[in-house]
Amino acid sequence: MNLEKVVFGFFIVLALTLNFAFFVGDMTNPLYHNTFILFAALIVSMITTVLKFGDSTHMGAIFFATSLVADIQLLIAAVIWGWAAHISPDGVTPAAMVAVVSISGGALLANIVSVVLLVAETLSIRR
Amino acid sequence: MSRPNIYYILLKRLRVPLITLILIYAVSIVGFVLIPGRDNDGNIWMMSYFHAFYFVSYMASTIGFGEIPYAFTDAQRMWTTVTIYASVIGWLYSIGSLLSVIQDPAIYRLRRESKFRSQVKLLREPFYLVCGYGDTGARLVQALGQEGVRTVVLDKDENRINELQMRDILGRPLGLAADASKPVILEEAGVLNIYCKGVIALTDSDQANLLIALSTELFKPHLRLIARAESPEFINSISSFGDNEVISPFEVFAERLEMLMTKPSHYWLNEWLTGIPNQPLQDSAFPKRGAWVLIGYGRFGQAVYRRLHAAGIPVQVIDPKTDAEDLPEQSIIGLQANMKSLQLANIDSAVGIIAATSDDAINLSVLMTARELNAKLFMVARQNQQDNNLIFERAHFHLTMNRGDVIAHQVFTLLRTPMTRDFLRLAQQEDKVWVDQLLSRIIGITQDKLPYLWETKITPRYSPALYSACVAGHRVSLKYVIAHPEQREHTLPIIPLLLKRVDTFLLLPDEEALLQAGDRILMCAPYQAYKQIQWATQNQKALHYLLTGEEWVSSTLLRRLLPNS
Repeated sequence: MNLEKVVFGFFIVLALTLNFAFFVGDMTNPLYHNTFILFAALIVSMITTVLKFGDSTHMGAIFFATSLVADIQLLIAAVIWGWAAHISPDGVTPAAMVAVVSISGGALLANIVSVVLLVAETLSIRR
Repeated sequence: MSRPNIYYILLKRLRVPLITLILIYAVSIVGFVLIPGRDNDGNIWMMSYFHAFYFVSYMASTIGFGEIPYAFTDAQRMWTTVTIYASVIGWLYSIGSLLSVIQDPAIYRLRRESKFRSQVKLLREPFYLVCGYGDTGARLVQALGQEGVRTVVLDKDENRINELQMRDILGRPLGLAADASKPVILEEAGVLNIYCKGVIALTDSDQANLLIALSTELFKPHLRLIARAESPEFINSISSFGDNEVISPFEVFAERLEMLMTKPSHYWLNEWLTGIPNQPLQDSAFPKRGAWVLIGYGRFGQAVYRRLHAAGIPVQVIDPKTDAEDLPEQSIIGLQANMKSLQLANIDSAVGIIAATSDDAINLSVLMTARELNAKLFMVARQNQQDNNLIFERAHFHLTMNRGDVIAHQVFTLLRTPMTRDFLRLAQQEDKVWVDQLLSRIIGITQDKLPYLWETKITPRYSPALYSACVAGHRVSLKYVIAHPEQREHTLPIIPLLLKRVDTFLLLPDEEALLQAGDRILMCAPYQAYKQIQWATQNQKALHYLLTGEEWVSSTLLRRLLPNS
């Protein structure tokens, strides 16, 4: 058992599960989408990115890229929500909520790609 | 990738500090979101992520705008206290590790190496690769720099490379602290670069020089290689492949010494023509014929003894080693600096003394003692360390042989004007009168400075004007090449030393000698004259004037209108 692999696997799967937890539910209704989960998903995704810093292998570079995509999408989702809640005169409208959730759905896709890659990499090692 | 990329290593080392920072921020923000605050009217007010992120951002960076938007409750203040300490420690840790990563010697070396590699790749002018930056290397690099030749320097010792970068050498040589005997390093230093004109192996170890020669031969079979080697086996093995030039410091030394004793004029001609241009001329000293005393029978001493013995010069050896079997008969075994052993060696009747040990202190002290005993001695000192220059100069010996200088001059001459070697070889066969005449001619033109030597080639690239004149069938004699470019009746103070045409040599060619395309001429002059003539050989107008005495009319139309031109 390789501790580094455990830590990375843990964070990449956690990023996916948190992202999924945020994503599911009525797209227009803020009650279905918890801010704490979005925050946690963002933080975990950022940590996953940092864990792949300076990995010069081909696989490492792909992991870095996909988790960077997830970071950016979650960050945009958070910014849109913050904008709607604090700056926009209309408040958190269903339209704003749909934007937030669908962007986080994009991040979810990126995280799924990461996990699929992880599984593929694991299966390719026959030990 | 075979070489570690420096940025990957930097980023890898920054993983832990960055994750620490992210976690500290996340926990702080979540804390503020969870802890209830109160607005100005006393109602419960929950901080949003936006406000929490804003507050933590300015708090953690110690900007501290205060408690915004409402004054904090005690619970919030307690959490603020915790997060202040956490974030300051987090930042200190991250910045500290960033700095330590940058200053890490391993990273520092990688950074230097990658900078060196990219600089070598960007070189777009001819350069020589010098391996070994000791006394010899330093001298050579400096002399080449003054000639406008770029060098790339490799040395195992980091301190020497630092010294190279501190010194203000013309042409900014590139340096790297690395073992030149490793092929990878040689490749990194640009052996394969098309601008690399040659490799000069001057490291202290014969083994390393042999390895450098081998890798150079395998990397680029026809690249010029000059190596230094001391022991005969290595001299043989380095010169056994390719057309490598090997310089053995001891042999060169001994050969020079023998020349000084048997043909002093030839010796000084050698010294002047292989010296670094524009340095002041040394006073030429001539030893008398007679018996010599040789102190020290090491490798150098043996080489000297062999040479002098073969030339029939009586030599008395003094050496402290009692067990040396190959010591010549009647040698005196004793401490070198001892007055008694000097007297035993008949120092009173000797004409000269050579201090040839590998220890500068012994060489100095033995010569000082000998001077006390016989003030008329011709004194030759071997100087091992460049640092001791000052005291050797003060001691006013007739001749100081500095290993670094001798090899550096030899290599320098080989690189700059290879014809000098041919000239000196031919001059060897001439008699004393011929050499003395040449010496006084050289003194006549150079005014107490060492002359500047260069080669003029009649090729389309080097001297287009001369070349086309020769090809067009004009009678171009040497006289025109050395004439003053503004007054053709006068000649510049230049001595043509040697003319090479295919495989024949013409020693001291006459002014009326006719030139042909492809000729190479070795010239000797003060530096100013070189500058003036350089212009004439390349400029068609100037050459036309020199050949005909008329101004050149460059426009074809004007030439038609003016029938006599």
